[in-house]
Amino acid sequence: METKTLTQKQEKKETTMRISGAEAVIHCLLAEGVDLVYGYPGGAIMPIYDELYKFQDKLHHVLTRHEQGATHAAQGYARVSGKVGVAMATSGPGATNLVTGIADAQIDSTPMVCITGQVASHLLGSDAFQETDIVGISTPVTKWNHQITSASEIPEVMAKAFYIARSGRPGPVLIDITKNAQFEEFDFSYEKCTGIRSYNSKPEIEKSKVEQAADLINKAKKPFIVWGQGIILGQAEEELKQLIEKAGIPAASTLLGLSALDSDHEFNTGMVGMHGNYGPNVLTNECDVLIALGMRFDDRVTGDLSTYAKQAKVVHFEIDPAEIDKNVKTEVAILGNVKESLQRVLPLIDNNKHEAWHGEFKKRYAIEFDEVIKNDLHPEKEGLTMGEVIDQINKASEHKAVIVTDVGQHQMIACRYAKFNKTKSNITSGGLGTMGFALPAAIGAKMGDPEREVVAVIGDGGYQMTIQELGTIFQTGAAVKIVVLNNDFLGMVRQWQQLFFDRRYASTELVNPDFVKIAEGYHIKAKRVSKREDLQGAVQEMMASEEAYFLEVKVEKEDNVFPMIPTGSSVSDVRLS
Amino acid sequence: MEEKQTYTISIYSENNIGLLNRISGIFLKRHINIESLNVSGSEIENVSRFVIVVNITESWARRIVGQIEKQIEVIKAYYHTDDETIFQETALFKIKSDLLFDQRQIQNIIKESHSEIVTVSRDFFVIAKTGRRYEIEALYDELQPYGIMQFTRSGRISVSKERMDISTMLKEFQLIN
Ligand SMILES: Cc1ncc(C[n+]2csc(CCOP(=O)(O)OP(=O)(O)O)c2C)c(N)n1
Repeated sequence: METKTLTQKQEKKETTMRISGAEAVIHCLLAEGVDLVYGYPGGAIMPIYDELYKFQDKLHHVLTRHEQGATHAAQGYARVSGKVGVAMATSGPGATNLVTGIADAQIDSTPMVCITGQVASHLLGSDAFQETDIVGISTPVTKWNHQITSASEIPEVMAKAFYIARSGRPGPVLIDITKNAQFEEFDFSYEKCTGIRSYNSKPEIEKSKVEQAADLINKAKKPFIVWGQGIILGQAEEELKQLIEKAGIPAASTLLGLSALDSDHEFNTGMVGMHGNYGPNVLTNECDVLIALGMRFDDRVTGDLSTYAKQAKVVHFEIDPAEIDKNVKTEVAILGNVKESLQRVLPLIDNNKHEAWHGEFKKRYAIEFDEVIKNDLHPEKEGLTMGEVIDQINKASEHKAVIVTDVGQHQMIACRYAKFNKTKSNITSGGLGTMGFALPAAIGAKMGDPEREVVAVIGDGGYQMTIQELGTIFQTGAAVKIVVLNNDFLGMVRQWQQLFFDRRYASTELVNPDFVKIAEGYHIKAKRVSKREDLQGAVQEMMASEEAYFLEVKVEKEDNVFPMIPTGSSVSDVRLS
Repeated sequence: MEEKQTYTISIYSENNIGLLNRISGIFLKRHINIESLNVSGSEIENVSRFVIVVNITESWARRIVGQIEKQIEVIKAYYHTDDETIFQETALFKIKSDLLFDQRQIQNIIKESHSEIVTVSRDFFVIAKTGRRYEIEALYDELQPYGIMQFTRSGRISVSKERMDISTMLKEFQLIN
């Protein structure tokens, strides 16, 4: 931090007090508005935990059962509350256990600050007990990280950490603090960071680009919007809706953009991507202007890039300059916060309807309904489908719940069929696809907005990756609803084996324990259903519960998720069966 | 297929621990070999300058510079072809001292190659040569038959022909904030 005084702009606050580095960490967190942290103690972070004990009336600490759980809980908390999630761990194994959650937060742009303890600075590099180079390990998966070896660095680095985590394209930051820095006393004063000279978190929006974009949108005959999580992170839900309605443009969401627009909005055509809806996927390759809002053209969205939207002029609204023209070449790129860019574009947009073009989406929806949706939601065969479970959750929650999903078939089904009428309601691991995400993320989501109903939808495989967090639920009383869709398989991998590996089900069959007993062992109300006639009642009972509730649904073992765009195929080659 | 060529990537950054790791990771992640790397101070106090030479396509150069600029401590990054820069490397040759006196030819080589003698001791002498890679390689080939005790070559250092307006950028930052 040789150049820190030059590089960092701060808000001045002139009170100093002589305290330890550990206590300083708490004061920094409080100054940043943090009231909840997730973590797990150990030798190298004990001074900070000791301060947490003293400050427990102001700063609540949730003890998860594994550090990975702490990061996912912090992510769930951040995604629902819009605030920065905070996770803490000790050095060595504690720190390395955070890495999966950090990588997940990085690729899904989730604001998070992780604090790790580290061995004393005179031991650094000596392979001391529980020493790992967590700064080196986490470098490729953090937006920024830093090691603190003296207490006096704490305020400035913490201020910078929060500023970086939440500004621009949000992301995770890791701060590693040696034990001596936690013990050391120094004169503490705190100043919030308001800018860093080498980091431009708010790019200037170019007027000419705004005009070009408006012009393209106004001239388009078949315009199509794909929005991503940038809309939610940039709080641009209202602007998105205004654009759609004013210009009469059909729109679809990426996996992480879901819930930014009401599911039932008449111009919402669903989800794009590998298991997205038929219409928006196929018509991506027919639109004349593709308007991408706060999304990054992930390969699960685009399929084969050489055939993706080749006929279309692409207008890209994006905050991260490195995303522009990274995967898809744009005609016009508007760099900046999407809310502000849309506010600038909106007055230049003509009223329009594009009725015939909407009709194309409706036609495709009818095809998808007949071939896929009908069988998923109203099956005639005996076995329960994942789709009908989600349908019952929709009905019982009246579209108001936060749906947290794990990774696999159930995730795609839930994201396809869950209905939302409020933003920040869809919490899932998109970019990393982390099994084990949902249970701890649901805990964080519930704490991020305790008024809301939180339903975690998890597969039998992923559930067992972080099942220990049932202990956190029991201890904290977090009233999350857990639905395990049990097909006794690692379903999504089994589906690929069926379709692309001649049904060779290598290591995808699961012999599962009695999940109900396990939940009950943690004193969580639990039920199992395997018959259609019991489903609705069970879901209603779960939703009516004031406390946490576990529901296992035995579903058809070998159902598949369609539509599907096989890896490397064109979006217009989407398969319906 | 776009052609690969030599690009010099220039990075102006804060002088912070760990940044080298972040930057090299960006190349590692894409399996790109760094041909040469040099880090030093720059014309601005407390601002470091990285000069990295890689053999890639232009679209990769553009994307990589985008990823590099995304790093918090990076102020600005550029990429240039050889034609757009003035660049040099420096090499040191350590050779047995008796050769300097016994072999007239070596003195001619030093003169003709415009290299200079840095030091002479009883056992060895050291020649420094600054220039393009091919010039250094030519000198190496000429000296090789006499026996080179040690040889080392620096990373490329380079300046661009066009302006790199870092000072203005930094001033603007002070104004905005
Ligand atoms: C940590 C991790 N390991 C492996 C995978 C690869 N993977 C993706 S989906 C899947 C199967 C998930 O099975 P399950 O949790 O039972 O859900 P289902 O697909 O049956 O709904 C696997 C193994 C992953 N995404 N994450």
